[in-house]
Amino acid sequence: MEVTIYADNIVKSFGSKKVLDGLSFHVHMGQIFGLLGPSGAGKTTLIKILTGQLHHDLGTAQINGVDAANLTGEDNKKLGIMMDNFGIYERLNCYENLKIFAEIYGVKNDGILNALKKVGLESAKKTSAANLSKGMRSRLRLARVFMTDPDILFLDEPTSGLDPATSDEIHNIMLAEKDRGKTIFLTTHTMSEAEKLCDDIVMINDGKIVEKGTPQEICRRYNHQRMLKIHLSDGSDIQLPHNENASDKVAELIKNGRAETIHTTEPNLETVFMELTGKGLAV
Amino acid sequence: MKNIKAVFIKQILDTVKNKTVFIQFLMFPIMAVIMEKAIEVENMPEHFFAKLFAVMFVGMAPLTCMSAIISEEKEKNTLRALMMSNVKPWQYLISTGTYIFIMCMAGTVVFAVLTAYTGAGLARFIFSMILGILLSEIIGAVIGIFCKNQMAATSMTMPVMMVFSFAPMLSMFNEGIKKIAEITYSQQISNLINGIGTSEISAKSIVVIAVNFVIGLALFAVAYKKKGLE
Repeated sequence: MEVTIYADNIVKSFGSKKVLDGLSFHVHMGQIFGLLGPSGAGKTTLIKILTGQLHHDLGTAQINGVDAANLTGEDNKKLGIMMDNFGIYERLNCYENLKIFAEIYGVKNDGILNALKKVGLESAKKTSAANLSKGMRSRLRLARVFMTDPDILFLDEPTSGLDPATSDEIHNIMLAEKDRGKTIFLTTHTMSEAEKLCDDIVMINDGKIVEKGTPQEICRRYNHQRMLKIHLSDGSDIQLPHNENASDKVAELIKNGRAETIHTTEPNLETVFMELTGKGLAV
Repeated sequence: MKNIKAVFIKQILDTVKNKTVFIQFLMFPIMAVIMEKAIEVENMPEHFFAKLFAVMFVGMAPLTCMSAIISEEKEKNTLRALMMSNVKPWQYLISTGTYIFIMCMAGTVVFAVLTAYTGAGLARFIFSMILGILLSEIIGAVIGIFCKNQMAATSMTMPVMMVFSFAPMLSMFNEGIKKIAEITYSQQISNLINGIGTSEISAKSIVVIAVNFVIGLALFAVAYKKKGLE
């Protein structure tokens, strides 16, 4: 598969603080790639570097084989960038908000309406942005990205702070884009989102990669975290490591009727990240 | 060019609905029309209110609008969205400045009609207004760039705007204030306008305005270098 985003040993410092420290990874065309890390880990800085908004100090950052620092206007048209803190013009309605950016990208009226339709805001095109719910605002930001029908989408925490139903709607939009062959570079600190959507992930902490691979691979790698959780008849719970040493104890609990339920607890990305860094992702 | 046009469209769509900004363009021209028509005092200089409010307009509207628009866009992260869409800072500033300039020139037309200047007098009036509007825009941009949010911008704009807008009026009544006000561009704009038909353009006025321009541009360069536009 063709590599669309290529990063090799990217280093970026602000003053004496090293924000990114030797990041290397690549993203294939048509993938949803997840960049996971707590707030302040360097995710937004990396997006800025990959989209040519910021220059890195060392290393290589390429989009479709073009150095990110040398992206032309035409190259940029193939990129859609949605940052979680991008503002919208409160006094303008949805259509007017997109109209401004449509002028910049040379998108015609149909493009605006199609983008609104894609995110389910067609009926709200005349609604003032000030009257939109948080979920609708996120969808409006997404519509801004979709207007140019870009090949690569950089989505910075697109579901941050949204309710599960709205997040689900946005996930479906992203999966539909993936089905259309689009590459999505997603940053998130929501584990379930990464597990559900991403083909490949990179976990970063303090500017360094701490783990990478598919979500399944990573969880398998940390299979030693697998536990047996046994609920006892006296109402208490016990946890045992999921290995042969636990078999005698489990057999005994079943035999004397003390074990009411037995579950296995699998490692997930959250627990893996905690093991690697000693902190949660939603920091 | 399309980026400049896009920002210009934004300013038209947005500021028409932004009462705080829009009222700045209307307030003094409307007040001038009302006062010119409603008040007649013996021995009052001809078109006193039109000239007075024209100078106050120059010191207030472009400065307040420029700082309010930039600081709001910074606070609400809409400026960041524009920059990430490849709008260059200079394109944004040119476009916003042009929009405010055009709106202020519309106000200037109202004052020009009220003063009934013709020929060289009209040219001098418009030239003076253009100088004042441009300088006020530069100062407004400096404040907008320096301040993180609208509240900070308002706190900084108020005293600066009061000095440039009200000093020429207060200097009519107080010699001490006049001496100090003479170093400001708005006082010199007032001198240029009030001298139409009675005195030549003085070298002092041009020098003071030029020095104000240099200081304004230097402050702009410092603000931009230190804070950028994001």
